[in-house]
Amino acid sequence: MVRIAHIHMSGCTGCLISLTDTYEKLLDILGAVELVYALTLADEKTEITETDDKILIERKIPENIDIALVEGSVCLDDHHAMDDILTTRKNSKIVVALGACAASGGVTRFARGGQMSQPSHASFAPIGDVIKVDLALPGCPPSPESIVNLITAALEGDMEYLEPFAEIAKIGKDACGCDVIKDVINKSLCMGCGTCAAACQVRAIEMVEGKPNINSEFCIKCGLCGAQCPRVRFPELLQKIE
Amino acid sequence: MNPFGNYKTVISARATDKEILKKAQDGGIVSAAYIYGLESKLLDGVIVANTEDGFNAAPKVATTPEEVLNAAGTKYTVSPNVSVLKDAVREYALEKVGIVGTPCQVQAIRKLIKYPMGFRHTDSKIALVMGIFCMENFSYEGMKAIVEEYAGIRMDDVLKTDIGKGKFWVYSKYGDVKSVKLKDTHMYEQKSCHICTDYTAELADISTGSVGSPDGWSTIFIRTEKGEAYINKMVEAGVLETKNIDDVKPGLDLVQKLSLQKKEKNEKEIVQRRELGLPVPY
Repeated sequence: MVRIAHIHMSGCTGCLISLTDTYEKLLDILGAVELVYALTLADEKTEITETDDKILIERKIPENIDIALVEGSVCLDDHHAMDDILTTRKNSKIVVALGACAASGGVTRFARGGQMSQPSHASFAPIGDVIKVDLALPGCPPSPESIVNLITAALEGDMEYLEPFAEIAKIGKDACGCDVIKDVINKSLCMGCGTCAAACQVRAIEMVEGKPNINSEFCIKCGLCGAQCPRVRFPELLQKIE
Repeated sequence: MNPFGNYKTVISARATDKEILKKAQDGGIVSAAYIYGLESKLLDGVIVANTEDGFNAAPKVATTPEEVLNAAGTKYTVSPNVSVLKDAVREYALEKVGIVGTPCQVQAIRKLIKYPMGFRHTDSKIALVMGIFCMENFSYEGMKAIVEEYAGIRMDDVLKTDIGKGKFWVYSKYGDVKSVKLKDTHMYEQKSCHICTDYTAELADISTGSVGSPDGWSTIFIRTEKGEAYINKMVEAGVLETKNIDDVKPGLDLVQKLSLQKKEKNEKEIVQRRELGLPVPY
């Protein structure tokens, strides 16, 4: 059975909620896999060590994970987080950056420290800055359907379908509303379909005179606009409609 | 080079409703399909390119036949129809959405159905994808320049625009008919259209356009099972009058000629851009 883990880094659990938002499809997936680790959904082996000055609570990320769904970015200033992400990579065959924070930093791009009780926790990076990521799924959160599609394709080994996600894992870490400006409008590719505006989850994109106008003050760098644009990537398989 | 993409059948058709034909660009296929869908509850909302003041186009979620009729007719400018798709299933809480678009917009819809990254609970609500033939499009200011500077008709007075027989035609509300040579309109084309190699909206359930059929009629490509079932229901309900495409003039040969023209010309542009190191969709 395929062993799947959900690894919670600096995220909001919204990506996991989005996975569960698939209702009966989630049950189909859970029937086909073994969920070996998910702090939100299942008990984990917890080791508690008491010393004179502190109590150490450790939960171990299991070995031999087939697919690790990693949600959230990495706080470089938190050694637990660093240990977790490195262990995840070491123990997993496929690492998936699930959602904007893991894939491109997302809203944690704007974190800059200075808040109690850990004012030194200032640096948050997409997991791809620390480890090699195999697949990245943008979105804040990614739609339930896209999570199911990705997991299903991974289970079936459908590499053709997964190719765009493998590519985003390689090049999508700096995602931003500017992608639509730099990669589409500036390259004479934008024909004004409005997909980016519909995909944007914070309504930072408005169609003005048939072209997207990016309100970068609203943009949370989730990567959806560039990823959904049919004028950046239009995989061959989309030609097959029936 | 495949001129039309995959399809099951091609027919020539027009709406039987006189009200639709009065307002429609050609055979009134999109309006008839939408109105039939709303009235028969096959659709509970549709996305249209609405006619705004000054003969501009803007996407709108329509839920009544009146709203559909108001949007009838071609506006030769960009209407970002996909931009309101998520609103249609959220704010309007629609379960069965009909959407119409140019070939590029239909491509966008197929992509978001297959890769719905930012489209939660949306793809399953798309009940019908209609495509319209498209050679190229203009920005609004470009269309305005053609209509006002070349044809000499104010945008507020435009009743209908049409591209046919080598000319851009402008009909005013007061009965004037003016035409502009297509040669004069080329500089106002949207340059991103020049890498498009789809003329007949090859990825739609049903695509329709004027070319191939006589005036007042439309050519329809029925491409998917969903599209076929939908058209069959329309014909059974008597909202469409159909003819065999082989029995009408100028027929499919002209559609093929124009389609291949577009494909060949724009393939060259794609090659040129690649040679310059500029990106093209892949």
